[in-house]
Amino acid sequence: MTTAAISAPYLAFDDISMEFPGVKALNRVSFGVKTGEVHALMGENGAGKSTLLKVLSGVNTPTSGSIRLDGQPRVFRNAREALAAGLAVIYQELNLVPNMTVAENLMIGHLPVRAGLLHRRRLRERALAILRDLGEAIDPDTRVRSLPIGQRQMVEIGKALLRDAKVIAFDEPTSSLSIRETENLKRIILRLRDEGRAIIYVTHRMDEVFDFCDAVTVFRDGQKIETYDEIGGVTHDQLVTRMVGRAIEDIYGYRPRPHGPTLLEAQDVIGPGVVEPVSFTLKQGEILGFFGLVGAGRSELMKIVCGATRASGGTVRLDDRPTRFATPGDAIRAGIALCPEDRKQEGIFPVAGVSDNLNISCRRFFNRLGIFLDPGRETTNANRFIDRLKIKTRNARTRIALLSGGNQQKVIIARWLAETIKVLVMDEPTRGIDVGARSDIYSIFYSLAEQGKGIIVVSSDLSEVMSVCDRIAVMRQGRLVGIVDRANATPERLLTMALPT
Amino acid sequence: MSSQADIATTPEVSRKTGGATLRGWLENSGIVIIFVVLFLAFSAIVPNFMTERNIIGLLLSVTLIGTVSVTMMMVLALGEVDLSVASIVAFAGVAAALITNATESSTIGVIGGVLAGGVIGLVNGVIVSKLRINSLIATLATMEIVRGLAYITSHGDALPIGQDDFFLLGSASVFGLSAPVWVTIISFVVFGVLLNLTAFGKNVLAIGGNTEAARLAGVPVDRLKIIVFTLQGLLTGLAGVLLTSRMGLGDPKTSVGLELAVISACVLGGVSLTGGVATISGVLVGVLIMGSVQNAMSLLNVPTFYQYLIRGGILLLAVAFDRWKQTRR
Repeated sequence: MTTAAISAPYLAFDDISMEFPGVKALNRVSFGVKTGEVHALMGENGAGKSTLLKVLSGVNTPTSGSIRLDGQPRVFRNAREALAAGLAVIYQELNLVPNMTVAENLMIGHLPVRAGLLHRRRLRERALAILRDLGEAIDPDTRVRSLPIGQRQMVEIGKALLRDAKVIAFDEPTSSLSIRETENLKRIILRLRDEGRAIIYVTHRMDEVFDFCDAVTVFRDGQKIETYDEIGGVTHDQLVTRMVGRAIEDIYGYRPRPHGPTLLEAQDVIGPGVVEPVSFTLKQGEILGFFGLVGAGRSELMKIVCGATRASGGTVRLDDRPTRFATPGDAIRAGIALCPEDRKQEGIFPVAGVSDNLNISCRRFFNRLGIFLDPGRETTNANRFIDRLKIKTRNARTRIALLSGGNQQKVIIARWLAETIKVLVMDEPTRGIDVGARSDIYSIFYSLAEQGKGIIVVSSDLSEVMSVCDRIAVMRQGRLVGIVDRANATPERLLTMALPT
Repeated sequence: MSSQADIATTPEVSRKTGGATLRGWLENSGIVIIFVVLFLAFSAIVPNFMTERNIIGLLLSVTLIGTVSVTMMMVLALGEVDLSVASIVAFAGVAAALITNATESSTIGVIGGVLAGGVIGLVNGVIVSKLRINSLIATLATMEIVRGLAYITSHGDALPIGQDDFFLLGSASVFGLSAPVWVTIISFVVFGVLLNLTAFGKNVLAIGGNTEAARLAGVPVDRLKIIVFTLQGLLTGLAGVLLTSRMGLGDPKTSVGLELAVISACVLGGVSLTGGVATISGVLVGVLIMGSVQNAMSLLNVPTFYQYLIRGGILLLAVAFDRWKQTRR
């Protein structure tokens, strides 16, 4: 609980509505955020949280309603005006220039100038002061592209502090952070709160809400469902129920099932990012987890198995036949497909529609005379998966970039459900995805496994691997440390294996 | 070609649902409307514009840019660019002239010229995909090299062609339209079909939209890049041969700056320079706008120096219009 909380909200959303053609992204939303509190926003993907942040930052101008700051109604026509008023939003996709230095990124827009030239010394000093203030030992002359994601976020926070932002909003900041980075971020957020700022914190992670948030507002389908001013006044189950609109007893809903013969066998596989030869097997109907910290070599291993990077040694046998994949296309035709970790960089075609994103691989089965597309069958196929996976989209032609993260992920999964795959490799399948969609995605895994397919789930979410997988392989610093049966897996055991010694 | 806008321009941009259909249609086919208005205006204002002879001349004048622009559209859709096309036109023409004179066979000469273009396209494709050199740099280099080859093989002079039947190619007429015009029309149809109705076209757009995602989705990225650059070389080679046939000479100095005119036409037609967005109707209209404006300026006796200003101005306006479309949401 905070000590500095004042009763009147500093920032108030007043009857805000935001309409896009055919979609009401926000429907008469009103609530307030006080200074000295961390105010969590929760809700499923597409519930309206991101749109609200865009309204806050001036990217979107609301169709109706207004924002009041300290009692004064304010209109922001662009991000600059919002920033000038002391509102900063830190998005998941950070707005940094990778090829510029930390100092330049911090001060961009306010670069110190002397006699018309860049004042390098002052630039460095001011950057250093901010970084020290944040407790970060980063050299201001480092280029941002060489920083890990957690430190990049700190640079972004530094930008907000430099502009003396009174309200700082975070959009799922921990979704790609390691455990240590998350702890560090939490420490900073609490400090910003205690300095009397108002913090808005969008998250899907229940543990974080109960760990350090002071108030929580729940969204569903563009509407505000409830604001709890005191986090103590609500329980975990209540929050889930309000978010989903129905009670979900167990989002994992593990379904045990028999396993068949060995489907995939990796033997002494080694390559870029994998330090020691790795061997493992995957049976028909099995869900095998790969747990580890960020950078443990799991994604790299999976890229080798799926033909996306060339192995420098070892063999992969599928259905007891040796395979050698030169490209991901070879792997897909053999029956192994990868849903990559970084949806935006490696998964979606942002300018293309849902249907084109979904049919990119399987359309070869629909082609007429071997070359001509069959748009009718492609649309039918897209609609089938939109229904089956409950993908929220206006129609099959809507550009995928306009969908929420969870729905984009479902489209990528559908891309492979529409294929004839035997092994599906999912790298961080539920990162940044809400409870309802997660539950949907897990049940897709179970039904695929029940059909005799093999599933590999790469995840940094401990409870996810423990609850969904039949066996859990643990990797650390490019090495496979061991494989643990579901029955023997405890958080302590997995973490001990995963943490560097 | 109703499905051509599938990937490129889904009409979800407009703000209000009321007049959305009209506005959405306007925004999607804006460049087509600009062309129609321009064409009608020229017909009304410019003397002798709307005559059969002038229109046929206009069509003939855009065949070179038009033919090359369809494959340039594919290259741009990939997210790449090809600056070597003007040099390929010159080199293929010289090669065709040389081979025709040496073998005394126009057929072998034509095939040789087209293949010469194809080989250069293949080389471009391999450099870009396998050596992973940025296509802007790679084709800037081959642009210089191939122009050099054209001068070397011709010893610096235009080569006159000795076989009379070679000229038939440029002048033969079917249904009142000459062979180069037909080649251009067929190119538009073939590549329109390729882009919109085949997995090949979709995959090319996917590579331009997100190369890594395309690779992980099983699209053979390198192979498609090589194929597209090779097609560009072949078709550009054919355009060069046709030009040679019309001029009666294999001229190593010809068509300097063609690559920029072709890229301009594509950009006018809404093709994205970052890849992933292209429509064949847009490119067709882009080519026709460039041709009509040029033609009208000649008929109006606009001094050559001012023609540059007008061409540049039109390109800027078209791109500004495109930006305006994209930011309205």
